[in-house]
Amino acid sequence: MSQQLLYAIEVSLNGLMAGVLYALVALGFVLIYKASGVFNYAQGVMALFAALTLVGFQNGQIPFAHLINEIFGTQVHHFGWHLPAFLSVLLALAMMVLLAVIVEKLVLKHLINQEPVILFMATIGLAYFLEGFGDLMWGSAIKKIEIGLPYGPSDSIDQFTYDLFGYGFFIDRLDIVAALVAALLVCFLTVFSQYSKIGRALRAVADDHQAALSVGISLRFIWVVVWSVAGFVALVAGVMWGAKSGVQFSLSLIALKALPVLMLGGFTSIPGAIVGGLIIGVGEKLFDFLLGPLVGGATENWFAYVLALVFLVFRPQGLFGERIIERV
Amino acid sequence: MKLRTSIFAAAVLAVAAPAAMADLAIPWLSYRTGPYSPGGIPVADGFEDYLTLLNERDGGIGGETIRVVQCETGYNTQKGVECYESTKGEGSLVYSPLSTGITYQLIPRATADGIPVHSMGYGRTAAADGTIFSHVFNFPAHYWDGASIAVNHILDLNGGDISGKKIGLVYHNSAYGKEPIRTLQELSGKHGYEVMLVPVDHPGQEQKAQWLQIRRESPDYLLMWGWGVMNSVAITEAANIRFPMENFIGIWWSGSENDVLPVGERAHGYKALALHGVGADFPVMADMQTHVLDTGLAAGDGDQVGTVLYMRGLYGAMLITEAIRVAQEMHGVSDITPEMMRDGLENLVITEELMAERGLPGFGPSFAVSCENHGGPGIGWVQQWDAEAGEWSIVSDAIQSDKSVIDALIKEDSAAYAAENNIEPRCG
Repeated sequence: MSQQLLYAIEVSLNGLMAGVLYALVALGFVLIYKASGVFNYAQGVMALFAALTLVGFQNGQIPFAHLINEIFGTQVHHFGWHLPAFLSVLLALAMMVLLAVIVEKLVLKHLINQEPVILFMATIGLAYFLEGFGDLMWGSAIKKIEIGLPYGPSDSIDQFTYDLFGYGFFIDRLDIVAALVAALLVCFLTVFSQYSKIGRALRAVADDHQAALSVGISLRFIWVVVWSVAGFVALVAGVMWGAKSGVQFSLSLIALKALPVLMLGGFTSIPGAIVGGLIIGVGEKLFDFLLGPLVGGATENWFAYVLALVFLVFRPQGLFGERIIERV
Repeated sequence: MKLRTSIFAAAVLAVAAPAAMADLAIPWLSYRTGPYSPGGIPVADGFEDYLTLLNERDGGIGGETIRVVQCETGYNTQKGVECYESTKGEGSLVYSPLSTGITYQLIPRATADGIPVHSMGYGRTAAADGTIFSHVFNFPAHYWDGASIAVNHILDLNGGDISGKKIGLVYHNSAYGKEPIRTLQELSGKHGYEVMLVPVDHPGQEQKAQWLQIRRESPDYLLMWGWGVMNSVAITEAANIRFPMENFIGIWWSGSENDVLPVGERAHGYKALALHGVGADFPVMADMQTHVLDTGLAAGDGDQVGTVLYMRGLYGAMLITEAIRVAQEMHGVSDITPEMMRDGLENLVITEELMAERGLPGFGPSFAVSCENHGGPGIGWVQQWDAEAGEWSIVSDAIQSDKSVIDALIKEDSAAYAAENNIEPRCG
């Protein structure tokens, strides 16, 4: 096999892995859009907030320490404990559920039956509020996630491919874990949405708020559930991305990586988010490998959108999105 | 009656306003919010704490208290320009834009307004040519110095011969990141090494394609011009592909604790250029503790004290305040104007004795600014991260940049700027 072809295969495999990470972010958007027709602009910030909360709890950081110290003239920063990873994840998850309840009570319940664009605007406000709130609660310092995730290249894949092709492929072990977690997550979400009672109620709410209310489905409860699940997905995405860069405020920008995935995969399909992520991941990496040198490199950001636009032209609802026909 | 009261109040304010302005107004375009805030906060803390120290310990400078005029840019160029426009009327003496993008925007505006700009170790490199850029200063070193210092360090490591070596540049795909390219290419002609360019798009959270390319092409050394999240991701990916950390050298904006701590022990051995000394083991910090930190007057939580970027902010404030002293002495007044401040910056002389007197012995280079040279001596060091100790240490002697190559490049760029903007060279 030629060296160039081997490089291309390696790039494609890494593109698949990167695509899984994009899909993790896109999943959160899909869940909320599917259940409530709301494009949740705050999903990226939720990933940041969830990761900040996890690390904050784990390191025993006192929430709002800066505010407390300013008001009371104290110098408190830490509780002095270091929680096990599993307990920290559970506490962070509880915080995301609490956030879902608060968002529903303070924002969403006042906007029932409003136009989708109003709900979208509300999530923009929520994103900026949550970013500032996260800063106030946990501080803006960069934090390291330590929950036992593996780092570095997989030596066994390197050795195996070297024996096979005479060239060892690089695959990051963290990416392999992310792919496994994403697979589990998709299985869980698919079963939850297709076969559970709450899942069916979610889909009913997504189709028509009024109709769902008329058959006794509690819209408010469903919204809390779906925002909680989206919070859980945000936590997973925040942890995986935060493990690469440290938990810092630029994590909220990972939402930008999810947009082309959504355009391509559709806003309402969980498999669409996964397949869309994989296509974007492989497409942008291969393009950068093959044509990047001709155009000066750094093509990934814009090429992902070009790819998504091309799909959009031929299939506006995305690969797996529902085609909605409104009759006049 | 109400109208008369209002007129009276306005008159009182009008009379009182000049009195309130009788101080040394130093604007600070900070970014304590947004994705780049982890870098903006420590620099701001160091800068503001040093000015607070002078106010508290010495009663200001020459009897005039210092007033910091804050404006939050979020590291956004447009907001930076708005900040400039909204604060320049406050008697602002000198701007530190803390962003290359904002600096580029302020150069023509500030020059027209007669207000100096000090972009220490960032901004437009050609501003080092004082004959064209009358109001812009970038001492003690600029990006092209940085590129040359890094190459000189690699030369030192290889006994002066790097012909046939491959040096990669991982850079933020922006005006800032592209700054060293020309210098590296010019120096490659002189030293016979090959340059490999690896751009990374903002913000730099995903760099897999770039690091696969680096793994394939195996450069001997890597330089990095990054900022924010790009730095820690790049160091993580370098560790992932097992690139030798001691051969990976960042510019001084890619060499703070923020860049290495998230990577953990795998960042051990990573190098970066240093504009100044590292750590807080300097006499000035004892005064800082007494007059600022212990009295609760610190700009931040105090958790950034002694970090690389905190000390950078402190150093920037120190250089500016020394220029204020020069301006006061030159013009025989304590309440100086921006034009006097410009004179102070242009006649600034930093000596070893002065640094020691200010409680910062050996912290930065000795140099003299002149009408022709606004860029300083172009001296830097190399610092290396010790992950176990959790600290940087200086691992080289002071390294002088290759002025024989850089000065010609600066002249070429500043001449082009002068032609575009109809600027007549000055300095006689």
